Amino acid sequence: MDLSVINPVLLIAALMSAATPILLAATGELVAERAGVLNLGVEGMMIVGAICGFAVAVESGSPALGFVAAAAGGALLSLLFAFLTQVTLANQVASGLALTLFGLGLSALLGQGYVGVKPPSMPDVNFGALADIPILGRILFSHDPVLYFGLALVAAVWALLKFTRAGLILRAVGENHDAAHALGLKVVRIRVLAILFGGACAGLGGAYISLIRVPQWTEGMTAGVGWIALALVVFASWKPWRVLLGAYLFGGITQLQLNLQGAGVAIPVEYLAMSPYLVTILVLVILSADKSRAPASLGRIFHASS
Amino acid sequence: MKLTTLLTSAAMALGLATAAFAAGHEKTKVGFVYVGPVGDGGWTYEHNKGRLAVEEEFGDAVETVFVENVPEGPDAERVMTQMALDGADLIFTTSFGYMDPTINVAKKFPDVKFEHATGYKRADNVSTYSARFYEGRAIQGHIAGKMTKSNIVGYIGSYPIPEVIRGINSAFIHARKANPDVQFKIVWAYTWFDPAKEADAAKVLIEQGADVVLQHTDSTAPQAAAQEAGNVITFGQASDMAQYAPMPRVSSIIDDWAPYYIARTKAVMEGTWESTDTWDGIGAGMVGIGEITDAVPADVKAEALALKESIASGAYHPFTGPINKQDGSVWLADGEVADDGTLAGMNFYVEGIEGDIPQ
Amino acid sequence: MIRLEKRPEPSRGFAWAAPILAVIATFFFGGLLFAFLGKDPVQSIVTIFWQPLFGEFAFYYRPQLLIKGAPLVLIAIGLSLGFKAGIWNIGAEGQYIMGALFGAGVGLAFYPAQSAMVFPLMVLAGAFGGWVWAMIPAVLKVKFGTNEILVSLMLVYVAEQFLASMSLGLMKNPEGFGFPGSRNLQQYASAHNAEIVADTGMHWGVVAAIIAVIFAYVLLARHRLGFAIRVTGDAPRAARFSGVNPSRLILFCLGTSGMLAGLAGLFEVSGPSGVVSIDFNVGYGFTAIIVAFLGRLHPVGILLAGLLMALTYIGGDIAQSQMGLPAAAIQVFQGMLLFFLLAFDLFTNFRLRLGRVEVA
Repeated sequence: MDLSVINPVLLIAALMSAATPILLAATGELVAERAGVLNLGVEGMMIVGAICGFAVAVESGSPALGFVAAAAGGALLSLLFAFLTQVTLANQVASGLALTLFGLGLSALLGQGYVGVKPPSMPDVNFGALADIPILGRILFSHDPVLYFGLALVAAVWALLKFTRAGLILRAVGENHDAAHALGLKVVRIRVLAILFGGACAGLGGAYISLIRVPQWTEGMTAGVGWIALALVVFASWKPWRVLLGAYLFGGITQLQLNLQGAGVAIPVEYLAMSPYLVTILVLVILSADKSRAPASLGRIFHASS
Repeated sequence: MKLTTLLTSAAMALGLATAAFAAGHEKTKVGFVYVGPVGDGGWTYEHNKGRLAVEEEFGDAVETVFVENVPEGPDAERVMTQMALDGADLIFTTSFGYMDPTINVAKKFPDVKFEHATGYKRADNVSTYSARFYEGRAIQGHIAGKMTKSNIVGYIGSYPIPEVIRGINSAFIHARKANPDVQFKIVWAYTWFDPAKEADAAKVLIEQGADVVLQHTDSTAPQAAAQEAGNVITFGQASDMAQYAPMPRVSSIIDDWAPYYIARTKAVMEGTWESTDTWDGIGAGMVGIGEITDAVPADVKAEALALKESIASGAYHPFTGPINKQDGSVWLADGEVADDGTLAGMNFYVEGIEGDIPQ
Repeated sequence: MIRLEKRPEPSRGFAWAAPILAVIATFFFGGLLFAFLGKDPVQSIVTIFWQPLFGEFAFYYRPQLLIKGAPLVLIAIGLSLGFKAGIWNIGAEGQYIMGALFGAGVGLAFYPAQSAMVFPLMVLAGAFGGWVWAMIPAVLKVKFGTNEILVSLMLVYVAEQFLASMSLGLMKNPEGFGFPGSRNLQQYASAHNAEIVADTGMHWGVVAAIIAVIFAYVLLARHRLGFAIRVTGDAPRAARFSGVNPSRLILFCLGTSGMLAGLAGLFEVSGPSGVVSIDFNVGYGFTAIIVAFLGRLHPVGILLAGLLMALTYIGGDIAQSQMGLPAAAIQVFQGMLLFFLLAFDLFTNFRLRLGRVEVA
């Protein structure tokens, strides 16, 4: 066992990249949930984003265009969920799960011709001399643009919810849709937009896996990340910065356990592999002293006449 | 058992029907049961390529059918039964977990031939087959030992099962022979399939100094991580992964089931099929070694090819003594060759590998 | 313009008609999908829905419906109790695994002793295993107010690691030549959950599922606790005033759903599956959530929904083999079916009105 082989700087840089798909998807889901919509279809939207992004990036040769397509694909799939839950007033939990099933199948059909293909790679942002600063340069200035976009997105969502009228409206709809309706707010329209935003973010998260982190296309390649993203929203008590914290914590522990294995630490591997989940539970128990709660209308069906 | 009789009579009825319509029903029907999707780019993808090769070889004389994503257990048993009921003559079941279901179904259909991959239970109408991937690992180990500058070779394992442990040992023995200072760093992903986790594992190994990464997982995630790092080499696994050649992918182990599937189908067509236990390697073409690229120095490449030749011809066995177990006890005396039984169930590291096998 | 008007009370007629309409719509759009993939749409749909029930080999597939449907129904019944009361157990998959591990563990510990006591003990252990795993989120919720959705979901992944660890270590078959996976309980008579009547698919898990349906029906319709569950779900505040103890309800709902999921796992591992292996769990715990909602959280509805899901799995596999449809197309088809079932439910509670919006 030799812990000195673990380089904390590289570990932090790696966890930032590892956490980005979860971060993107969870931020999108957070906005949807703040509007009172519980969409359990994150995994489905992510994998559809992963293949849409991959296919377009391969065909066009541009990863950036791929990410645009991924966001569009995720949003398009979420539109199905929006129709079911907002127009036909279907149960959100069941619709979300069905969306995941549908998305997994659809992505596999779309991706049939893309197995074993190598996508164009996305270059890291060039910060010039900044990247050469010891420690900080590697951690802060050595990543791809989507990672920075993810961080900016968290900040933007936080600012939107906290300071803008749009954020206030969104929260009002999520807290009490009947009151919001009485105030003349277009509850359904706002929720559809929130769902679309969530879908687009999930799509981006999926494409981050298929275009940057792995990068390749295989069926089912998101391998359950969507569920972790859903859990993180709860973990974060619906607060954007805590989503960031949770994503980094989760990504960090996963990285750490792999690093410990590499260093030959004598803890049984299966217990190390469990650790990200156990630590998440532990932190949640500690955080549950904080009584901030879910949006009051979360998952409830809204109909104007009821 | 009532069902057994029912099924047998159904099968017999089908058999009779086959005989009656002999002229119109000459096609040999071959079924494949897959554990993953054919688009997994790895294990199932390669089995499906074998199926397509059978179709190509025999054209209209055979009909192949397959079901993908079949969970091990009752679902597998149902799918196999269904194929048999539909008149399959030969069924390939391509995952270790299909072992007991295959035996169960084979009992009910004595006239249908079954071929189970990677298992050890046979019957009059059940054969087993598997590939000696460790032969390919020996070649990888040799190249890894010669090419590493940091003397650290990373290895990504899925689960600590005999198949994976055998590969680690084979690679390690030959890496040490080529370079006595080489060390292996082994990371277990504890999943069969999670490309993102494989990418993380590869990055961790590289960050901890590995400049060669071997993998027993099927995604190209380690290749991409190695390419990003720049001076790290990798090997294709299951499929050639030539899209990452010549660097970082310098060679590969390819699962090639086509020759076996064609031979067994032919045996059924000609009525010569018998229950056998096949464990083929490079020689028989079941394990393919992908092109060694120019990133490997010419002398190392020549040595690797010579090693491949000697293994293929049977002149050399990768597990030839003297080899000690990890605890220093003697496993194989000088010149002694490992028996297949020990290899099949291998659950120990050889001397020199650090760390414990997770239990 | 078209608008929705809430019915004074749910339409009984539409409660029956909606699923039929949904199935017809799925036939149509699913047929389009299959045609697009170059397959005969009519034949595809006949293969999926007709063959398992009335085809040439229906004598084999009908029992398989019970085998595939039983765990779904058993788990979904448990989940529905909690869902009705607003208690979200998303981790039935983990409880299913732990039930199987506890139950199989007891059975394997007795190997090779033959005794009529072994199987009943395994059943108890299986129920206990699932119960314990569900009590973790339950107790954390009651003690600390921790969100049960997250804890129960995380525990699924923990349970999967336990399962891998057990398959590779403690429960590994000592006669298995080092391969992962336990002894096959089908070959250990005292621990084998065999068919009660041969060739019917009727094993103890099916019996348990039927008992669970009846139990849930009676509980919800007649028992005080059932009343408490319904009130808590509909109006939590009112429930408090009517003397419902929320903590006790949480412990009961999560505990019961965990117990039933554990039982499902035990019956599966000792019967149809037979072995503890790394890939023992195949997603019943998650599919059961869909089944619960598809059955509108009603015991009889869940029974029908579970059988319908089982039918699409079995028919889907037949269609893959006979028609060469990719598994992904079957998944999309299943997704469509669920979408339409959910969407057409609208007309049970609402009706369409043409014309101008009235001013209330």
